[in-house]
Amino acid sequence: MTTAEATLAAPSGNTAETLSRRDRRLGKLLLAPALAYIFLLVALPFLLALFLSLTNSSAGSLDFSFVGLQNFKNVVTNAVFLRALRNTFIFTFVSQLLVMVLGNILARALLKSFRGKLLVRFLILLPWAAPISLATLGWLWIFDSTFSVINWLLKVAGWLGPGQWYYWLGDPTLGMVAIITVHVWRLLPFSTVILLAGLTSIPAEVHEAADIDGAGPLAKAFQITLPMMLPILTVAILFGVVFTFTDMNVVYLLTRGGPYNSTHVLASLAYQEGVLGGDVGRGASIAIFLLPLLVVLAVVMLRVSRRAEVV
Amino acid sequence: MRRRPVQRAMALVGHRALILAFTGFAIFPFYWMVITSFKQNSDLYVGASNTSHNPFIFNQPPTLAHLKILFQNTLYPTWLFNSLWVGALVVLITLALAVPAAYSLARLSGRWGERLSIGIFLTYLVPSTLLFIPFSRLVALLGLQNQLWALVLIYPTFTVPFCTWLLMGFFKTLPKEVEESAMVDGCSRLGAIWRIVLPLAVPGLLTIVIFALTLTIQEFVYSLTFISSVERMTVSVGVPVALVRGDVYYWGSLMAACLITSVPLAIVYNFFLDRFIAGFTIGAIK
Repeated sequence: MTTAEATLAAPSGNTAETLSRRDRRLGKLLLAPALAYIFLLVALPFLLALFLSLTNSSAGSLDFSFVGLQNFKNVVTNAVFLRALRNTFIFTFVSQLLVMVLGNILARALLKSFRGKLLVRFLILLPWAAPISLATLGWLWIFDSTFSVINWLLKVAGWLGPGQWYYWLGDPTLGMVAIITVHVWRLLPFSTVILLAGLTSIPAEVHEAADIDGAGPLAKAFQITLPMMLPILTVAILFGVVFTFTDMNVVYLLTRGGPYNSTHVLASLAYQEGVLGGDVGRGASIAIFLLPLLVVLAVVMLRVSRRAEVV
Repeated sequence: MRRRPVQRAMALVGHRALILAFTGFAIFPFYWMVITSFKQNSDLYVGASNTSHNPFIFNQPPTLAHLKILFQNTLYPTWLFNSLWVGALVVLITLALAVPAAYSLARLSGRWGERLSIGIFLTYLVPSTLLFIPFSRLVALLGLQNQLWALVLIYPTFTVPFCTWLLMGFFKTLPKEVEESAMVDGCSRLGAIWRIVLPLAVPGLLTIVIFALTLTIQEFVYSLTFISSVERMTVSVGVPVALVRGDVYYWGSLMAACLITSVPLAIVYNFFLDRFIAGFTIGAIK
């Protein structure tokens, strides 16, 4: 690993020295528009979000006054918020766990060559490539209270007796099951493809050498595959967590946070309070709770990319 | 490798069963969209408690009625057009900002460019669910409420960082000698970029065009927040929000809209997916 780092880092080191002053100036000039845009429309709004969370700003007017930490105080004692915070972690953790387990199984299965592999790969990737709001709408119909095909299957299988019925989106527990199912369905292709890229990057000679040394399958899994897959696993988990943790599409379209605000996540609650309810300050202070985890993830990201040193 | 034939056959069957199960899970909602789109209402709304009615097949001949309603009696064509219009403008803005920035980071920025490029990529991780609240203030301030221009202004916040990152990786794979030799022949740096580098980078440019376009058409949160008039909605919001009349869902037309929008996007996306994944995994695979 260290030799690869050295050789890969070397060329960029050389460019730094051979760049002329004119090239440097041109470099800054070419970079300026994109940096200006990102500064104005990502960095400043980001700071504005922090600022708004400290005000009583509302959607109707541009006037506001500074209220300090009052929004946060109101929010953290609110039962709906605490439920949403808990849900956000449950959804993220459970769906990532399932995605990692299933993704590893699927990636290994796809590693073998078989007829129709390209078609299978295309079909398996569909959930990730389809627009999330429209795909979720498909699931809304699958979980419909009267026409749910899942209930039909359960009836036919005898799981649901006469008079028994599952209201998938009208029950807090079943609603959470439905939301997690959709998250897993959508993220599985993404993680599988990343894991597959990691698995194929392990040279066959390494496994052959291990076979010659008499390593069993368990030893190979824990002493070769896992350590070599660690950076790629980190990447798959990081992005998966970011996509699930900050998502509001699935919750908004499936349950709107209901029944009785029992399935809200931070993002959907921030939308309900800040946009639908018009209390911008409160909405902003709820959304801010997404930040600590994102910062942690960004730091891990940086460490991973620095260790790899290939950009 | 020296396993018995029976064991090998069992492993093979297990492998195929596994692949089949995963594929089934992935495509079931799409299958469900297809069958719903073409079913007659009397075949569609039977109720799942009737176990003698198999919902997986056409019990009555398929119909095009839902498609007709979708294209003639709803604003679906308008929403598609709105999405494409916003998408086209966002693609242009993305190209204008990301191409020079990516080249600069790849060739003209030396060491600090690497740090900066990671910083730019990290901005892609700032979620729309954190930014839509300050953006709603900004949009109000600029008087862009309920206008597609608000989306044109805001969508590059996620396309520019990601496309800059992808394209930077692409520029780095081009050998430096191509522009250097052109510059020895009397071209300026900009001339060399325009005449030599960009033509070579067409596959990379095509990738970011596709991604900017698909990411834009898929976007939901900003569009939901800033567009309130039904006729100005984009397809990703119009279908789930406005195709539902009151509490009545027209599932046939709804699923047809989902299918018609999703499948072409998914096909295009699939062709470029490897590059997209490469964007996420740069640095983690050697």
